[in-house]
Amino acid sequence: MMAARTDFGPPDYKEMLPPVIVKNYGQWKYHEQVKPGVLKHVAESGDELYTVRVGSGRLVSTDWIRDVCQIADQFCDGHLRFTSRHNLEFLISDKKQVEPLIAHLKAQGYPIGGTGHAISNPVHTQGWIHCHTPATDASGIVKSVMDDLFEYFADSKLPAYCRISLACCLNMCGAVHCSDIAILGIHRKPPKINHEVVRAKCEIPNVIAACPTGAIRPDPKEKSLTVNEEKCMYCGNCYTMCPGMPLADPVGDGVSIWVGGKISSARTPPKFSRLVIPYLPNNPPRWPEVTSAVRNIVETWAAHAHKHERMGEWIDRIGWERFFSLTGIPFTMQLIDDYTLASETYRSTPAFKW
Amino acid sequence: MAKESKTPLLDQLEEGPWPSFVKEIKRAAQKKDSAKDLLGQLERSYNDRIGHWKHGGIVGVKGYGGGVIGRYSDLPEEFPAIAEFHTFRVNMPSAWFYTTDKLRKLCDVWDKHGSGLTNMHGATGDIILLGAPTEELQACFDDLSDIGFDLGGSGSDMRTPSCCVGPARCEFACIDTLNLLREVTLEFQDELHRPMFPYKSKIKISGCANDCVAAVARSDISVIGTWRDSIQVDDAEVANYANSGLDIQSEVADLCPTGCMKWDAEAKKLTIDNGECNRCMHCINVMCKALRPGKEKGATILVGGKAPIVRGALLSWVLVPFMKMDPPYTEFKDLVRRIWEWWDENGKMRERLGELINRLGMRTFLEAVGLPPVPQMVSMPRANPYYFWDPEEVK
Repeated sequence: MMAARTDFGPPDYKEMLPPVIVKNYGQWKYHEQVKPGVLKHVAESGDELYTVRVGSGRLVSTDWIRDVCQIADQFCDGHLRFTSRHNLEFLISDKKQVEPLIAHLKAQGYPIGGTGHAISNPVHTQGWIHCHTPATDASGIVKSVMDDLFEYFADSKLPAYCRISLACCLNMCGAVHCSDIAILGIHRKPPKINHEVVRAKCEIPNVIAACPTGAIRPDPKEKSLTVNEEKCMYCGNCYTMCPGMPLADPVGDGVSIWVGGKISSARTPPKFSRLVIPYLPNNPPRWPEVTSAVRNIVETWAAHAHKHERMGEWIDRIGWERFFSLTGIPFTMQLIDDYTLASETYRSTPAFKW
Repeated sequence: MAKESKTPLLDQLEEGPWPSFVKEIKRAAQKKDSAKDLLGQLERSYNDRIGHWKHGGIVGVKGYGGGVIGRYSDLPEEFPAIAEFHTFRVNMPSAWFYTTDKLRKLCDVWDKHGSGLTNMHGATGDIILLGAPTEELQACFDDLSDIGFDLGGSGSDMRTPSCCVGPARCEFACIDTLNLLREVTLEFQDELHRPMFPYKSKIKISGCANDCVAAVARSDISVIGTWRDSIQVDDAEVANYANSGLDIQSEVADLCPTGCMKWDAEAKKLTIDNGECNRCMHCINVMCKALRPGKEKGATILVGGKAPIVRGALLSWVLVPFMKMDPPYTEFKDLVRRIWEWWDENGKMRERLGELINRLGMRTFLEAVGLPPVPQMVSMPRANPYYFWDPEEVK
């Protein structure tokens, strides 16, 4: 039998690039947004490359992939790319093909947008569709939020760009913790220990070490574990290590909202998103509490921020106390940090606003 | 044969302007019982407000320790076609460029062996093939390998590295992100495919400080392109921006974080004190026809970024302020090896690099990887008097 071929690595990108990119690789001079969702890049050679950006739902069927391949064959000589935020990009070197492509995409219902001062396609995780530790669904909330805020994807009319991201638990597959608006699934009840499963399937020292607050102790009598429920903040890390400690719960689980993070270093350094709403219920299929909370935050920011001012930069300028008064979001005990190094977030000056 | 699922809740998510994942699952369900059962189980989750996947389960293919993730339904009798519904992480080409021919081959393989559902792409960057039974895994991988697709990372290994669009289509790119990504991925195939570290390790590569792949927020080793000399200015294009209505004073000069720009509105002349510029990208983002990164390009290497699990989220910290990034990238690869060696030796189970640096101290880390302290590493020096001296220094 032939030995299996391993470790040959991904397809070579050089074989995937359209000719106009091969020719002008590293020689791009400038770009502009022709209109929302359409970029034009111009090379030193004078060659032009048009990009039409299309939002995808991330979860797509092979038939969807074949559909977009057919469009790419028709308009883009058989080349396309995806972005780091689940968008699809059609790359066109012949300007005459741009408008026919856009017309074709619109007729087929593909959403064009996500460029410039817009809400980009939300990065998100698997949720109930395919994850074993979720505190909420991912695709359903993203679909609901983007249906509601679609105008801000399709148009570039915000003060700056706005990145919304969703993670269905604290594992945070994806960088939601540095988003303009992060939607994060949370648990609110400690794990329910199943001693039998813990005994059979779990490495007890590893589970104890996995707890960030030291809430887990050995239970010698049961040859299992106990949880000090007063110390537990429901991160779910123990469950990741040990199937005998499930903490998902229809009443306990839900969604938290974090704002003001950024990744780019433009103007101000990268920063974490901060908790502003500690809990909203899981209310499928459309999570109305979440969509209205996100819309309120986006529109309050859009109404008050200066041009080029990201969510977090706007809040830095006006102060968090003003953020809460403008949005009308109630300030609750959960918003005050009491984890490690929490006191860095406490204020040490009487100079603040009412 | 899977039974028809009634899905009144999910059906509501077929409406609206944003693409519907429910439509996609239904399309796959026309061909595959597994997709049909997935829809049924998801409707159940929408009713129960809880997930229905069991915890873990180790599956794999020959020669690999990761890349396939086991997933089992906790309702196998009701939804037998997804009793086993495992995930392939498939390593994507740099910057997610494809030919349609390549993608169609991938679709054919996945329709043959799996559910016909994918993520294009997962958050880490892989192509995610969502849902195949255990007995199909090896055959599916063999077919993937025949069409030139290898597996990505999972578990305690180097996760699939990713990069931004870079010089393929971006004038901001200060390094060849696509080529560096490919070289790093090929160099560390063993680390990618055979988990042997304390926990996951991520490398992300962005061509400039806009950081389009979020390297600073989520990668243990973040590579971010930058330059060392002066911003290139095209005075005529600056004037064109002003003439076409851009308020250079308020939109560019006033927003410069270092105040290194002066705009003379009468002479239409922008002057930059490059020694004071911190290369944040704002002015270049706004006026890319007129302003461009300098010519002496390379990257800043930062370390320690991660999401919250276990001890809290961290943003990466500057380790090497400037490194030239030319093939074959020996200096970078050597640094990665030194970092991993120290982490592998000292890290506890599930302790990421940043957490280990926090536990043992940046001083210990810098000494281990042989790098000198420089002010670019910190936003400010310490404010406490609790510091160490090496006895050798006190003589």
